[in-house]
Amino acid sequence: MAALVVVMLLAWFNGRTKAMASAGAHPSTLHSLPGYSGTYLAIWSVLPAFILLALFGLFGDLLLNLQMRQNLPADIRALPVEQVELFMRNARALAFGGTASETSTALQEAAKAYANLSRISNFVVIGAVILLTIGGFLYARGRLGKNFRARNHVEAVIFGVLVVCSGIAILTTLGIVLSLLTESLRFFSEINALDFLFGLKWSPQTALRADQVGQSGSFGAVPLFAGTFLITFIAMVVAAPVGLYSAIYLSEYAKPATRRIVKPILEILAGVPTVVYGFFALLTIGPFIRHAAETVGLSAQTQSALSAGLVMGIMIIPFVSSLSDDVINAVPQALRDGSYAMGATQAETVRNVVFPAALPGIMGALLLAISRAIGETMIVVMAAGQSANLTANPLEPVTTVTVQIVTLLTGDQEFDSAKTLSAFALGLVLFIITLGLNIVSLRVVRKYRERYD
Amino acid sequence: MDTSVSPATQTTDTPAVQQAPKVQARKVNVFYGNKQALFDVNLDIPDRSVTSFIGPSGCGKSTFLRCINRMNDTIDICRVEGDILLDGKDVYARDVDPVILRASVGMVFQKPNPFPKSIFDNVAYGPRIHGLASNPEELSEIVETSLRRAGLWTEVADRLDEPGTGLSGGQQQRLVIARAIAVRPEVILMDEPCSALDPIATARIEELIDDLRNNYCIIMVTHSMAQAARVSQHTAFFHLGKLVEAGPTEQIFTNPNDKRTQDYITGRFG
Repeated sequence: MAALVVVMLLAWFNGRTKAMASAGAHPSTLHSLPGYSGTYLAIWSVLPAFILLALFGLFGDLLLNLQMRQNLPADIRALPVEQVELFMRNARALAFGGTASETSTALQEAAKAYANLSRISNFVVIGAVILLTIGGFLYARGRLGKNFRARNHVEAVIFGVLVVCSGIAILTTLGIVLSLLTESLRFFSEINALDFLFGLKWSPQTALRADQVGQSGSFGAVPLFAGTFLITFIAMVVAAPVGLYSAIYLSEYAKPATRRIVKPILEILAGVPTVVYGFFALLTIGPFIRHAAETVGLSAQTQSALSAGLVMGIMIIPFVSSLSDDVINAVPQALRDGSYAMGATQAETVRNVVFPAALPGIMGALLLAISRAIGETMIVVMAAGQSANLTANPLEPVTTVTVQIVTLLTGDQEFDSAKTLSAFALGLVLFIITLGLNIVSLRVVRKYRERYD
Repeated sequence: MDTSVSPATQTTDTPAVQQAPKVQARKVNVFYGNKQALFDVNLDIPDRSVTSFIGPSGCGKSTFLRCINRMNDTIDICRVEGDILLDGKDVYARDVDPVILRASVGMVFQKPNPFPKSIFDNVAYGPRIHGLASNPEELSEIVETSLRRAGLWTEVADRLDEPGTGLSGGQQQRLVIARAIAVRPEVILMDEPCSALDPIATARIEELIDDLRNNYCIIMVTHSMAQAARVSQHTAFFHLGKLVEAGPTEQIFTNPNDKRTQDYITGRFG
């Protein structure tokens, strides 16, 4: 890597000098600035070699293994798959000076062959890299000259880099969706999709041994989604009015000086780590709710949907208020003036003109807040409990989809059991729900923007 | 209606008004922060006629217009000194509620600004706020009368529940005028009501303004001198925050007293 950087610098200066020289006494007659020639040369010297290295890093091991497997003695290749894998693993470990779980002469030989192979391939690659560097350097240097359009070539490369970078984000999303899909399909091949979507009992413990009792393993996701929606509902009951009214205060009533102070403070709420909200809910709000409920003669537990919902509501207030504040500000002043000129008071103007005009945008803000609340995990893990109750009573503990995904995957279960696979199915359904909400809300917001721009 | 006899506007020392002026300004000074925008404006504006304010951009004509219905109150840094009298009563007096004042001094803006509501609700907005209608029939009656007066009724009668923002620019401006009329104002202020419209729509609005002057005192800011000459009976020329000259439109355009007026009207500056 360091060598590549040095080569790059050298190439840059060399290209620059050559370009300057080709222009003679008048550097301004060059097509491109000398720096572009330098960059062009540097790119050609380093980029092909770098791509080769990257490819080798990614696929080199794969090729090596393939090669080695073909060279294995026939008796070992006849073994079952797991044993061949084990053999290969041991050979690799031995080849790089590690310890293997067993030793045999066949293993020793395979290890030696493997080490050899890997040494050869390293040499080949290093040689190829050097050749590519020199070749690229010479090729590019030959093209440099007074009329060479180095600037256009460099910009084409920059364009490529930009495309690759944005491609990474898209490919990652695609990859996540695909892995969710495939794992969910595996889950649904074991559990009926209808049972999963409409089953009323969630108890994912499957029997590890045949003689275990009471571990039926039923995967009805309804209680989880019910819990999610209950908590989201409570959160929105808190966040929607508080966030909205504070947005109206900020954008319509507050003096600019007040607004400059209050808005950032409100946005600090969005910066509080959710874990902090979580223990706030568990240690402060939860016990408070329990006491309060007991005083009026209701039974409640420290972990309840109410405390999780309340705290989550507080957490998403800044989302609602900040986004709504933006859309309210985007309502043209002309509309307010029109209303004032009719003899409307400020409150009448807000209620009858500003709010309806901003409503689509506010709906968008609320939907975004909802999808945020649905995906929230930490607060719920700590404050709402983990028992999958199907209940509408906010004083009882409930659990949510996200919490279950966490508990399913943090256990030491086998990775291909129905229990862990169900996490992917839950994730998929959750993903579809939030994706749908996001699409709807973005569309609503966009429609609103078109109207006033 | 007989506007040629009443020398409506005047300057400080010749109060020769036969008919009592609708709006009177006495030594009006307006400040935006530390910057003074209007200097000692004295002006009488007669009822039942159209008065135009002309002058180069930034001369204070819109500022003065917005003083009359106290729209400048909505700007924090704006301060108004002096008296503006509506029917002899100071609109800046302590006991005057600007909200009530604006119901009798309507305003139409440069860009049509219908609310994002139906055509009906746009016109019904004012009457609803001020409780002008005691039942739905009365409300629809007010809406219909206002739209008729604004010359829009025949075009929108069958689609009153469509959004007002879907109308064309000229129709929107007439809708906004209907909205202003619906609260039965005495004075209608118009801040360059045609500058965002094409010539045909402009002609419609000018016709409408000419109709409306039978019932209202109309005060209009305009950048088009041709428009001022066409529709107004009285003209006031502002320059650099001062009222330079005011008088019957004919006189201002044919025989101005002040050289600056002459220069502006003949297109030497502005």
